[in-house]
Amino acid sequence: MPSLTHLQQLEAESIEIMREVVAQAENPVMLYSVGKDSAAMLHVAKKAFFPSPPPFPLLHVDTTWKFQEMYKLREKAAKEAGMELIVYKNPEAEAQGINPFDHGPLHTDMWKTEGLKQALDKYGFDAAFGGARRDEEKSRAKERVFSFRSENHQWDPKNQRPEIWSLYNARKAQGESIRVFPMSNWTELDIWQYIRLENIEIVPLYFAAPRPTVERDGLLLMVDDERFPLNEGEEPVMRSVRFRTLGCYPLTGAVESEAASLNEVIQEMLLTTTSERQGRAIDHDASASMEKKKQQGYF
Amino acid sequence: MVDAQSYQAEALIGQDIEAYLAAHEEKTMLRFITCGSVDDGKSTLIGRLLYDSKMIFDDQLSALKAASKKSGTQGEAIDFALLVDGLAAEREQGITIDVAYRFFATEKRKFIVADTPGHEQYTRNMVTGASTADLAVLLVDARQGILTQTRRHAYLVHLLGIKHIVLAVNKMDLVDFDQMRFDEIVADFTHFAATLEMTPPLAIPISGLAGDNITEKSANTPWYAGPALLPHLETVELAEDAAQQAPFAMPVQWVNRPNLDFRGFSGRLAGGTVKPGDKVRIVPSGKTSTIASIVTMAADASQCDLAEAVAGQSVTLTLKDEIDCSRGDVIAAADNPPLAADRFEASLVWMDETETMPGRAYELRIGTQAVSARIQAPKYAVNVNNMEHLAAASLGLNEIGVVELATDRPVVFAPFADSQKLGSFVLIDKLTNATVAAGMLHFSLRRAHNIHWQAVDVDRAAHAALKGQQPKILWFTGLSGSGKSTIANALEKKLHANGKHTFLLDGDNVRHGLNKDLGFTDADRIENIRRIGEVAKLMTDAGLIVLTAFISPFRAERDMVRALVPAGDFIEVHVDTPLDVAERRDVKGLYKKARAGTLKNFTGIDSPYEPPETPEIVVNTTELSADEAADVIIAYLDKH
Repeated sequence: MPSLTHLQQLEAESIEIMREVVAQAENPVMLYSVGKDSAAMLHVAKKAFFPSPPPFPLLHVDTTWKFQEMYKLREKAAKEAGMELIVYKNPEAEAQGINPFDHGPLHTDMWKTEGLKQALDKYGFDAAFGGARRDEEKSRAKERVFSFRSENHQWDPKNQRPEIWSLYNARKAQGESIRVFPMSNWTELDIWQYIRLENIEIVPLYFAAPRPTVERDGLLLMVDDERFPLNEGEEPVMRSVRFRTLGCYPLTGAVESEAASLNEVIQEMLLTTTSERQGRAIDHDASASMEKKKQQGYF
Repeated sequence: MVDAQSYQAEALIGQDIEAYLAAHEEKTMLRFITCGSVDDGKSTLIGRLLYDSKMIFDDQLSALKAASKKSGTQGEAIDFALLVDGLAAEREQGITIDVAYRFFATEKRKFIVADTPGHEQYTRNMVTGASTADLAVLLVDARQGILTQTRRHAYLVHLLGIKHIVLAVNKMDLVDFDQMRFDEIVADFTHFAATLEMTPPLAIPISGLAGDNITEKSANTPWYAGPALLPHLETVELAEDAAQQAPFAMPVQWVNRPNLDFRGFSGRLAGGTVKPGDKVRIVPSGKTSTIASIVTMAADASQCDLAEAVAGQSVTLTLKDEIDCSRGDVIAAADNPPLAADRFEASLVWMDETETMPGRAYELRIGTQAVSARIQAPKYAVNVNNMEHLAAASLGLNEIGVVELATDRPVVFAPFADSQKLGSFVLIDKLTNATVAAGMLHFSLRRAHNIHWQAVDVDRAAHAALKGQQPKILWFTGLSGSGKSTIANALEKKLHANGKHTFLLDGDNVRHGLNKDLGFTDADRIENIRRIGEVAKLMTDAGLIVLTAFISPFRAERDMVRALVPAGDFIEVHVDTPLDVAERRDVKGLYKKARAGTLKNFTGIDSPYEPPETPEIVVNTTELSADEAADVIIAYLDKH
């Protein structure tokens, strides 16, 4: 009998996790960020419950600052999966016009961290799937698949529940919630290979194309809409760029690239010498910054 | 160090990415752990494996170099351990607290390595990492030899059923690659392994720091004939491949019913292989059927039926017959199904600060089944440092022992030695929801075997624990017609639906029996409440949540009942309905009679009502429906 390939094993494990959540949780939801990891996770969910549609809604915690192309794919992907799409925008952040240009770290804090907490509370979701992987960052490497959050959405890294075999314990006290990471054991390369093998649609921004960009603080930023405030003398330049991760466009650095096909993107990724999250402003503060953000409730 | 293999790979990536990816897609995956004593070099070895397989990026390397200078232990050299210790507390203290998972790949396999903590106090985290591993790399410092910690970890990986163990004798460079020293350590360990009836491990002399015998055979150990570490990891048999040889069994996770025409059973194969047309048996019911199809999602609708599924795959099966099958059941080979039993002997690794409570009911999870289980006092505990059997009344944090346990209904199982998936279980504390133990079933005990259950004190706590709830008295007080019984009834229904064990005491079941000798004078009212209070207390001793619905007009009697039970267990619910509202409702026509003078001593009319001064809960029935009031009370109970 042939052995399962590593992708088959990873997929089988992720499916098992998703089904356990549906069997054990009362009101699960899938966090959907429209990125490639979300795309792979959503695809696994479709396979896990086929021929039923995944029995939970998708939740996008929006910041209003995502790339236009992400918004387009968001609607399409939800429709094709036959799932309800909930878009949540923190009303305070909206009222105050919080944006990455004027408000710095407050932008992530209010739109994403606070927005997520508010959305989970508003809809009473007790389990939320996220596409985070253990290979992304040091503190994630230590996080359980079923990761518990207190009533205040806080993570206690020193007191994680033992998680043994595949006997996932989703019991929780009233008010507590669970973040579930079904793709924990996938690597960036696994995600790309899976996207290739299963022919999964991803946002075109992952592929190189001429795009209007400006260079700021060592990051190549794309001028995605007219809200981008240009400094004096700053002029968007067309460069052939692509993105290794997608977030809010003013915070996401592009890389100069000619890789316009999936194979070329994977090729470039394999030959690259910097890690994936380097394009994100969020991790640069301090070595332990992600751990701190997670303790405060960041996904 | 870059070996020839990675050069070839890099060339292929550059020249023919298609060919590279096609080859990479065929890779298998091995999960392993590194364990051993604190300074034996676990993190360094993992750092070395990541480095040698080019999994460390430039930005990580420069961050690492900076961190090595600041808090590393290797002077100017890179301290690989810093790459792996991820939590801030770990970097500060220079120790590993929790399991960290790392990923790397070679030409043949993808690897997931769990770096597990060495300290005894983090045993439960080590068990977490070990439970999913195919192989364990047990590190020994060549200068130190086999330590207590080494023996403890060897015992744990053996206990957790890891079939392949590599004894990596590390820091060989610090003992001048001395063969005598290596042989001495191996002999020492082999002697110990024999006492455990453990398969002798493969022993490899290595240096994690210098890279000897990691990716290729080292010139420094010409006397060593075995493989280097990585080539061994690339070829060792995977646990899932071994599981394919077992009889077919799939615990049902979820029943897939998108419409009336489709009923599928979703799960992950615990063992064996399955094809459409195979005869299967549903356990524990014993009903048989035939596999109709193995369903998966595919872009091409004609590809949605699989010809076969193997151990480790997640699938959805449909059956030819409409038979009863749901989550918790196991679909198995008709001629070789697993057994069901309700009495077992098992090994337990205790992982909670609160020690085992013999006689107490825990939730036991095995496969996709969840049942209630009681543990007997341990037959013995194991001194993990010398494997001695010790008498023990209970197991504390990180202790390991052998126990007998009984479940409240039969569970489908296989001995752990035969099937990791069907023989492993966890115990969960029903009140704290913590996973308190990992267990490995040895065998079932026949009922006829008649094990003698040790007499345990079945006290208040034991009764409550068996029911998995906190006993309470919910004392409803208020005027006649205020809505006490209605709310109490609504609440009891909700609690019952949530699996709570409750009892409602009200006029209907008390006045007609226990208290039928009592009238409505003040003295009789007091005696009435006293008796109800005593009965309610007895019921809480039995572990019940008691609801009482009586006018109970006097503060003193309510306080008397409050004093009968432990603080916090008496919850006074004031059903606060103004007299005029209650009188207007006059459901039973009593107010009319009282006003007419035909009913004497009626509370609110010619007998006083003393409202509670500090009730736990006040319900205003002019604003809330009975249902809403019940929800308010449930919310209170959840919080306290």
